[in-house]
Amino acid sequence: MERKSPIRITTEQFFHDIAGITFFTMRYFRNLFRSRFEFNEFILQCFRTGYNSLLLVGITALILGLVLTIQIRPIIADLGAEAWLPNMVFISVVTELGPVIFALLFAGKVGSGIGAELSSMRVTDQIDAMEVSATNPFNYLVVTRVTATTIMFPILVFLGDLLAFVGSFIGLKAYSDITFKLFYSRAFGDFFFSDIFPATIKTIFFGFFIGIISSYMGYFSGKGTEGVGRAANAAVVASSLVIFLLDLIAVEITDLIVY
Amino acid sequence: MEQDRILHISNLHKSFDGRKVIDGVDLSLISRENLVVLGKSGSGKSVIMKCIVRLLEPDQGSIHVFGTDVLNCSEKVLNTVRKRIGYLFQEGAMYDSMTVRENLLFPVKRDEKMRRLGEKALNEIVERNLESVGLIDAIDKLPAELSGGMKKRAGLARTLMLSPEMIIYDEPTTGLDPHTAGSINELILKVREIYDTSSVIITHDIKCARVTGDRLVILHDGKIIIGGTYEELKNSQDEEVSIFFN
Repeated sequence: MERKSPIRITTEQFFHDIAGITFFTMRYFRNLFRSRFEFNEFILQCFRTGYNSLLLVGITALILGLVLTIQIRPIIADLGAEAWLPNMVFISVVTELGPVIFALLFAGKVGSGIGAELSSMRVTDQIDAMEVSATNPFNYLVVTRVTATTIMFPILVFLGDLLAFVGSFIGLKAYSDITFKLFYSRAFGDFFFSDIFPATIKTIFFGFFIGIISSYMGYFSGKGTEGVGRAANAAVVASSLVIFLLDLIAVEITDLIVY
Repeated sequence: MEQDRILHISNLHKSFDGRKVIDGVDLSLISRENLVVLGKSGSGKSVIMKCIVRLLEPDQGSIHVFGTDVLNCSEKVLNTVRKRIGYLFQEGAMYDSMTVRENLLFPVKRDEKMRRLGEKALNEIVERNLESVGLIDAIDKLPAELSGGMKKRAGLARTLMLSPEMIIYDEPTTGLDPHTAGSINELILKVREIYDTSSVIITHDIKCARVTGDRLVILHDGKIIIGGTYEELKNSQDEEVSIFFN
């Protein structure tokens, strides 16, 4: 039998996964609209993916706002444009840094959890057990998780943006006597709907693809406990790559439409 | 006789990565019969069972369950057939995140007919089934709190929830101490008496085969090499057969 080179195996696996995720996504939409929606499981997954990630995203957001402000302030001050600082930090957090950094955190926490959970269910025959009892494991396990990540991630980003705003204010207040009212008016002074809308759309896609990719990696894993580790790992790596790819596409589209 | 036949497998073939695992298997099961499929580990016993419920697609052959060609039917028809089959997995396959009660309620809550019975009636069925497998005290425990034998009992109770007419037992006594294995064997016989089921039991445990089986077949190199009662097989001069009995 012909022995395949590692490069060929990796390339084949890559295209196999691309095709697999495409069919998996189509199956998600088919099940979402045609099958009975598992509402209780969906609420549980919203709690797990959203509420349980709140502290992590919140602390990161607060520090992000704080650090950005402290680091940028001296440079901006040298240029005599300190009044622009709140707006600059807020726009960079809302449009770019917030969604991407929170998405990477979300992929690490929630994506790896979904990948590991589904793959361990696969390894211990739990998914097969659902299938042979004529229930729909895809509907129960995948549709609920993907819908939950798609809805909860934009909400997390919104809350994260608010906390980054607070962090930025704390950072600036430490070096100046700016009032919250003035900080608020400067932050939102040149802030437009066109800044927030593409970023929000982007977060919906981030949440959706983190859910889909992680579920795919877990649902089709195998080969014992090693498969569980690999699924969790692959969920994070693939989701992170897709986040950057989607971000690039979103920036290009926004650039074309808005400017 | 033909109408009593609830499972008929003909000329079944299955390969994995070019390696033939099942090579022309023919098998049938009649009503209320306990058929034991004996074979060494990796001989393909589980593969045949997974083909029966179409968890795996065979390369060639036909499988009729309750007269339905399960390899060439719609998903809807397949699910109707699956509801009439109970499948007890090797480790019980209990859903980790649910209690034993929730595990048992899971398939019935997703069955239109059963759901109409209402919460109270379903809970009564859960309790009755757990009592019949001797596990009523574990009703609100999580699978992680159960021993290996208890998980198999709980798994069996779950398969009984949809009142199956045929049960597939995948290595029911593997990994259990002799005492617990003995109680599982008794349970298999008890389930047939109470629930009027037919069973396919795949195992390499000769004691389990002797106690539970009406008829035994031996799978070797992907083929059924012999079939008969325990006594007939025990007296066989075939070297591959005598390995199991010595």
